Amino acid sequence: MTQPSILLDGQPVPFADGQTIMDAAMAADIFIPHLCHHPEFKPQGSCKLCTVKASGRYVSACTMPARDGMEVENNSPDLNDKRRTLLQMLFVEGNHFCPSCEKSGNCMLQALAYELEMLSPHFDQFYPNRPVDASHPEVLLDFNRCILCELCVRASRDVDGKSVFSLSGRGIDKHLIVNAESGRLADSDFSWADKAAHVCPVGVILRKREGFAVPIGKRRYDVEPIGMQVERLAARSAGEAYEDCGEG
Amino acid sequence: MDAVAGNREGRRKVRLATASLAGCFGCHMSFLDIDERLFELVERVEFDRSPLTDIKHCGPCDIGLIEGGICNAENVHVLREFRSHCKVLIAVGACAVNGGLPAQRNHLDLGQCLQEIYLTAPDVVSGQIPNDPELPLPLDKVHPIHEIVRIDYFIPGCPPSGDAIWKFLTDLLDGRTPRLGHPMLHFD
Amino acid sequence: MSEEGFDAGRLDELLRPVVDRHGGEPGQLVQILREAQGVVGYLPAAALTAIARALGLPRAQVEGVAGFYSFFHLTPPGRYRVLFSDNITDRMLGSGELLDRLCNKLWVERGKVSEDGLVSVDTTSCTGMCDQGPALLVNGQALTRLSGERVERIGELIRAQAPLADWPAEYFRVDDNIRRRDTLLSAEWPAGAALRAAIARGGEAMLAEMKLSNLRGRGGAGFTTAIKWESARRAECHAEADGRPAARYVVCNADEGEPGTFKDRVLLASYADLVFDGMSVAALTIGARQGLLYLRGEYAYLLPALRENLERRRRSGLLGRAVCGQAGLDFEIDIHVGAGAYVCGEETALLESLEGKRGIPRIRPPFPVTAGYRGQPTVVNNVETLCKAALIALRGGAWFAGLGTKQSTGTKLLSISGDVETPGIYEYPFGVSVNQVLQDCGAGNAQAVQVSGPSGICLAMHEFSRSIAFEDVPTAGAFMVFGTHRDMFEVARNFAHFFRHESCGFCTPCRVGTSLVANCMDKIAKGLGTQYEINQVFKIHRLLHAASHCGLGQAACNPLFDTLQKFRPAYERRLCSLDFEPAFDLDQALAAARQMTGRDDPAAHFGLAARLPGVTP
Repeated sequence: MTQPSILLDGQPVPFADGQTIMDAAMAADIFIPHLCHHPEFKPQGSCKLCTVKASGRYVSACTMPARDGMEVENNSPDLNDKRRTLLQMLFVEGNHFCPSCEKSGNCMLQALAYELEMLSPHFDQFYPNRPVDASHPEVLLDFNRCILCELCVRASRDVDGKSVFSLSGRGIDKHLIVNAESGRLADSDFSWADKAAHVCPVGVILRKREGFAVPIGKRRYDVEPIGMQVERLAARSAGEAYEDCGEG
Repeated sequence: MDAVAGNREGRRKVRLATASLAGCFGCHMSFLDIDERLFELVERVEFDRSPLTDIKHCGPCDIGLIEGGICNAENVHVLREFRSHCKVLIAVGACAVNGGLPAQRNHLDLGQCLQEIYLTAPDVVSGQIPNDPELPLPLDKVHPIHEIVRIDYFIPGCPPSGDAIWKFLTDLLDGRTPRLGHPMLHFD
Repeated sequence: MSEEGFDAGRLDELLRPVVDRHGGEPGQLVQILREAQGVVGYLPAAALTAIARALGLPRAQVEGVAGFYSFFHLTPPGRYRVLFSDNITDRMLGSGELLDRLCNKLWVERGKVSEDGLVSVDTTSCTGMCDQGPALLVNGQALTRLSGERVERIGELIRAQAPLADWPAEYFRVDDNIRRRDTLLSAEWPAGAALRAAIARGGEAMLAEMKLSNLRGRGGAGFTTAIKWESARRAECHAEADGRPAARYVVCNADEGEPGTFKDRVLLASYADLVFDGMSVAALTIGARQGLLYLRGEYAYLLPALRENLERRRRSGLLGRAVCGQAGLDFEIDIHVGAGAYVCGEETALLESLEGKRGIPRIRPPFPVTAGYRGQPTVVNNVETLCKAALIALRGGAWFAGLGTKQSTGTKLLSISGDVETPGIYEYPFGVSVNQVLQDCGAGNAQAVQVSGPSGICLAMHEFSRSIAFEDVPTAGAFMVFGTHRDMFEVARNFAHFFRHESCGFCTPCRVGTSLVANCMDKIAKGLGTQYEINQVFKIHRLLHAASHCGLGQAACNPLFDTLQKFRPAYERRLCSLDFEPAFDLDQALAAARQMTGRDDPAAHFGLAARLPGVTP
């Protein structure tokens, strides 16, 4: 009996029962852009960066179960154009000022923008007012950069068992909140030892009093494009994400 | 791309203008980082309005390079002058592309800012908000330049490297769609 | 009472009965929040903490749910919360002017709470009273047929702080406005007749009749009902982790939020027994013991009558244990009330809301028929679909299949509003032409019909010969007519704002894209638009269609796309001739600095006179 496989951009990619298109692609070292997906957590399919065309329909690769013989289009001008537009939407929705961000060079949003050659935000900036939360002794929350991927929500709820983070609001007013009546991180039971402290793909959750341990230009995605780092992305664990925050 | 395709075989030189709006002049400094390639460049282009020439107003040009965002009335006038005189207008650097550092004031109320800086700050003595007509008035918010006029190309970076600027310009002059690959494309 | 309008010390005392009434069940969170707001006035931070503690939920989760629904207030709203229905049909009837008039009368700024905390005035998405608008909600109660005079009087009543019970009952009158009856609306069976007929047939035979009928869902998507029922009937159910026994569920989707639709309002008001019979028939067929009716918050005024009806059915043995005397045939119905979220009309978002969560559409598969409410096999049907199922139990599938067209059997209720002489409910066999409908409702000078609401299709005059049917123009029921004097750009702009307000925000394209297109439309409306904005709308439309998580996002640009195709001059006449203009007024952007510097010289303005020397305009 042969192993079932999908045809990813014309290339046969085997998969095991229960795997999604994303799982299969990652295992085969093929890059499908993504932000809210993380191999350690239940996929949720909200960022839509992993939109692919499977059997003629646009679907999220991270949530769509692979089926034998399924033809999947991934690296095409149409899809990359749509993904670039999605990135531009995320960039104008928040305040992403890379030059002042400690996560620059280690940030997945920025790395994908490089990968997909996003040269400008294209749309008008929203410039939302999102005050930072510096209340916690160890950690700074800079909501300006939040892309609402819910990785911290999932990590805190499903791994740490703390539910420190949640989303509130609706539509364009959706925002990250902290599990405290005051709304302040200091008044939650969050700790730097939490898994949730180490999964942010952008620069929202940052350790205080640390910065620029690795100089700009020498960081993860400065050194090699994200599209060439599938193996590492597939093997991601929270411990490794630790490095992102300058401790590596 | 013919319109901007200055060449070495005797066709007229491409006219290039540059300006710095609400920025730090760092992109212009980075432009100078193309170093000796400047000689090659002036073979193919002649500069119109630019801090390099000290020409004050932009005439008909092929290419305009704009550094910086839009934070005051004068920025708007200069940008519009460039747009109306340049066939191809290029946003250079983070401030022109997304507002950059000056746009970090956007969540603050301009009136309160002026009041605090010029009237109520502890070290202010007999303060006054500057109101000389010579001074351009600040806009209530800082904007990237594509929110004011149509922009043809963007070179991100804070600043973009000399290599990136060179690559972009030579692509353009040679008639190729400009492309910055890794690692020249960066936002920081 | 403290300044916040509640006594913080008494909070636990106030909330305990609410939580207890729902058995401390976390799944009841939306209902608990709704009732908590009823007793406290709003949902202060301390109340959310108390509720979270009582239910054993993380506080952030409770706040997340409270922050999702439009009708929940985390800050004190006015003691009188006035929300004008903001559907395009309300606007066409003058709701905008009436809102301004009320604000002026009460000295309150739209969207703000008056300084004395007495009143707030704002808009809300369509309240489902398009046949008798303009309409509004006061503290959740529906008011209809507003006029200048009525608004004046309402202003006085609010100023006098008159309790709603003392307001003229006439203000709250909601008419059925049934204009054309066919098999459903002329049905006169007594309560339980359909259920008894189904019991007599038995579950398997009932399913066979459903198959024969070829009934398709009336909520718009048109999925074959028998397939849903059969899948749920065959799906395996399992005991839950918390010890709840295995179960199947029947859910009636009465979250009728599509602007321009109000047929379910009439069915729930005057045909509730048919609705409940339909739920019971479905339960019998799939083997469910529990039914849930999700009533949109705007229709909360129907709640007492519906509850009374359920009580009556219990008394007459149509509900509860051993239904109709059949040992082992148990069926109970609960009513859940929504809290202002259009997206909950999407069946999986509705299930999330029923489970006390934010109304975010689920990833599918799995579909509700295998993993629905609480992960159990669940049939979710529209109100009208269930009524039709009841009729099929009574009269058989073959009879039903003989009505309408081959692919669209039976009849369809249309909610007709806009520029017509007699707005209201019209029941037609499927296959009726748009022309026929327009003639019957007295639409003399229609230039366009928006069928099935903003997420449906905009038909122009040359398409009026098309028919209402799944194979031609499918519809969930809305039928909004626009006369030749209407501006189709403003229609589309209203819909763009609607989708921005109702996007759940889960996925990037819909969350950001609905805002971007609304901004584009506003820019065009201000006369600052160019061809650039038109291209943007098309670009975003393509992206939302392809990449959105659910139907809301996929359809969000439909009305813009349709009107740009069919009424392009309505856009073009607003475009300025320049190739690009900023979305904001540059001169206005200098106003703050002018004020602070006291300057008014030419350079302090934008305009020809203000150009710097040497710059040719």
